[in-house]
Amino acid sequence: MNLVELKSPSKEIRQDHWGKILCYAATGVLLLLLLTMMYFVFSKGIRTFTVDGVKVWKFLTTSQWEPTSTTPKVGALALISTSFLTTILAAVIAAPIAIIIAIYVVVIDTKIGTKLIQPIVELLLGIPSVVYGFVGLTMLVPLIRRSFGGTGFGILAGMLILALMILPTITSLAIESLRGVDRSYWNFAYTLGGTTWQVITHVILKIAAPNLIIAVIYGIARAFGEALAVQMVIGNTIQMPINLLTPTATLTSKLTTDIGNTVAGTLANDALWSLALILLLMSLAFNLIAKRFAKRRVKS
Amino acid sequence: MNRYLIDRVTRHLIQLLVGLVVALILIFLGYLIWQGRHQVTWTFLTTSSEVGLGIRDQLFNSLYLLVLTLLLSFPIALGSAVALTIYAKQNIFTRLAQMAIEVLSSLPSIIVGLFGFLFLVLKVGLGFSVLSGAIALTFFNLPILTQSMILALKNVPTSRLEAGISLGVSQWHVLLKVIIPEAIPGIISGIVLSAGRVFGEAAALIYTAGQSAPQLDYHNWNIFSANSFLNPLRPAETLAVHIWKVNTENIGIDADKISRGAIVILVVVVLLFNFLARRLSNYLQQKNGGR
Repeated sequence: MNLVELKSPSKEIRQDHWGKILCYAATGVLLLLLLTMMYFVFSKGIRTFTVDGVKVWKFLTTSQWEPTSTTPKVGALALISTSFLTTILAAVIAAPIAIIIAIYVVVIDTKIGTKLIQPIVELLLGIPSVVYGFVGLTMLVPLIRRSFGGTGFGILAGMLILALMILPTITSLAIESLRGVDRSYWNFAYTLGGTTWQVITHVILKIAAPNLIIAVIYGIARAFGEALAVQMVIGNTIQMPINLLTPTATLTSKLTTDIGNTVAGTLANDALWSLALILLLMSLAFNLIAKRFAKRRVKS
Repeated sequence: MNRYLIDRVTRHLIQLLVGLVVALILIFLGYLIWQGRHQVTWTFLTTSSEVGLGIRDQLFNSLYLLVLTLLLSFPIALGSAVALTIYAKQNIFTRLAQMAIEVLSSLPSIIVGLFGFLFLVLKVGLGFSVLSGAIALTFFNLPILTQSMILALKNVPTSRLEAGISLGVSQWHVLLKVIIPEAIPGIISGIVLSAGRVFGEAAALIYTAGQSAPQLDYHNWNIFSANSFLNPLRPAETLAVHIWKVNTENIGIDADKISRGAIVILVVVVLLFNFLARRLSNYLQQKNGGR
C-alpha cells in the first residue's frame, strides 16, 4: 500500500460522506417545502392589505363580503367566527366522549379496550373527509330539516360531522396520555383505599391533564382546517353565526368554493388568499399552544 | 358506603357510553358499505363517467396518483428519517427539521392544495394535471410518512450501528444492509397507512389534479398522447374528488348512485389499508417481543 492510498479517504468514509449528503438533502427538501409554502401564502395573503389597501382591522372586524360590487367590501368576521364556533362546539361534543373512551381503554377494561374498542374507534381515522361530507349531506341534513325545520344546512350539521371526524384523533391521543401516567401513582392511590373512580378523577386525570389538553388542541386544529366535509353541509352563505340552523360559511368552505372562480390579481382573489393566510397562522398558533402545554408538563 | 356506590354507577355508565359509541361507529361503517352494495357492479367499475354511470377513469386516476405519490415521497421521507435518527446530532438544523415536520403534518390539506394550485399549476405551469396532483399529495404525505419512518428506525436497537462501526464498516453500509432491512415491517406499515390517507384525500387535489376526467385510452402507451392513461400532464379527477364534485354541483339521482358506489370502493380500500398496516405492526411487535 503506498502513502497516497493511505492518506486519501477510504471507500467507507466516502460512502458515509455521500450517504450523509443524500439524507441531509432530503431533510432540506422538507424545510424548503415549508418555507416556500409559507412564503407564497404570506406574499399572496398580504396583498389585500398592501396592494388593495384594505385595512387589516376592517378586514377582521366587518362581515360584509362583496369583493366584486362597485363599492367592494371584504370583511372576514363572519367567516372567522363561524369557523371558531363550529370547531369549538365540535370539540365540546367530541372531547368528553373521547376522554371517557380513553378511561375505559386504559383503566376500566384494558383487554377489551386495546383489543376491540381502540381499533374500532381508530377505523374512523382513515375514512376520507368526502365520505363524512356525503353522510352529512344525505343523512344529517335531511334529519335536521325534518326535526328542526329550516334547510338543515348550518352550524349544527357542520359541528356534528366535525365531532365525528375528530373523535378518533382525540381518543388516540387521550389514550396515549392516560397510558403515560406512571403506574405507581395509581397504586399509591389504591393502597390508600381509593375506589377506581376516585383514582381516575383524583389521580389519573389530574396528572394527565396537560396531555389531554394537547389532545383536544390537536382535535381542534384538525377540525379548524377541515374543508370539504364542512363545505358540503354548512350551506355556504356568508352570515354571522347567530343561529345553529341557518346556512353560513367557514374560512375553509369559502376557500373551497371560490378560489377557482376568481381571477388572480383581483381583490376577490387576494381576499381569499388572506383567508388562507389566516388559516395558516391559526394552524401555526395551534401548534405553538400545544407546545406550550408540552413544556409545562416537563417542568411540573 | 357511598363512594363504592358512585364507583359502581360511574363504571357502568362508562361501559354503557363506550358500548353505545362503538355500536354507533360500527353502524356508521356498516351503513357506508351496505347503502351502496347494489351500485358496485362490474359495469360500474369499468364504465367511463363520460359515457355512462361509472367510475373507471376516476378509479384508475386514484391508483395512478397513489403510486406516483409514494414513488415521490418514499425516498425523501426515508432520507430525512435517516438523517434525523441515525446521523442526527442535536443541532439547529435537525431541530428546525423536526419542527417543520410537526408544522407540516398539522397543516390543513386545503392549504396544501391552494399552494399546489398557485405554485405548480400556475407558476410552474403544469396545469391541472396528474403531475401537479402527485406533487401536491407528496407535500401532504411527506410529514406523515417521515414521522412513521422515524418511528420504524427508532425501533431498531442502536447496538447494530455501534457493532458495525466497531467492525470498521461505514454507517451507510450498516444502514443499507442491517438497519433498514430490520425496520422494513415498520416502514411498510407506515407506507400502507399513509397510502390510505392519500387514496381518500380530496381537498389537496381539487385545484391541482383538477376536477375533470377525460375518457382514457388504456391501449395507448404513448405517455405524450393526450388521452393516454399514462400521460402525466392530463387532468385527473380522483374518486374522492368525484364524490365531492357530483354532490356539490349536480345533485340528482345519478349523483346519489355514483357517490354511494364510489364510497363503498373508497371505504373498503381505506379499511383494507388500515387493516394491513395494523397486521404488519402487530407482527413487528410480536417479533420484537420474542427477542
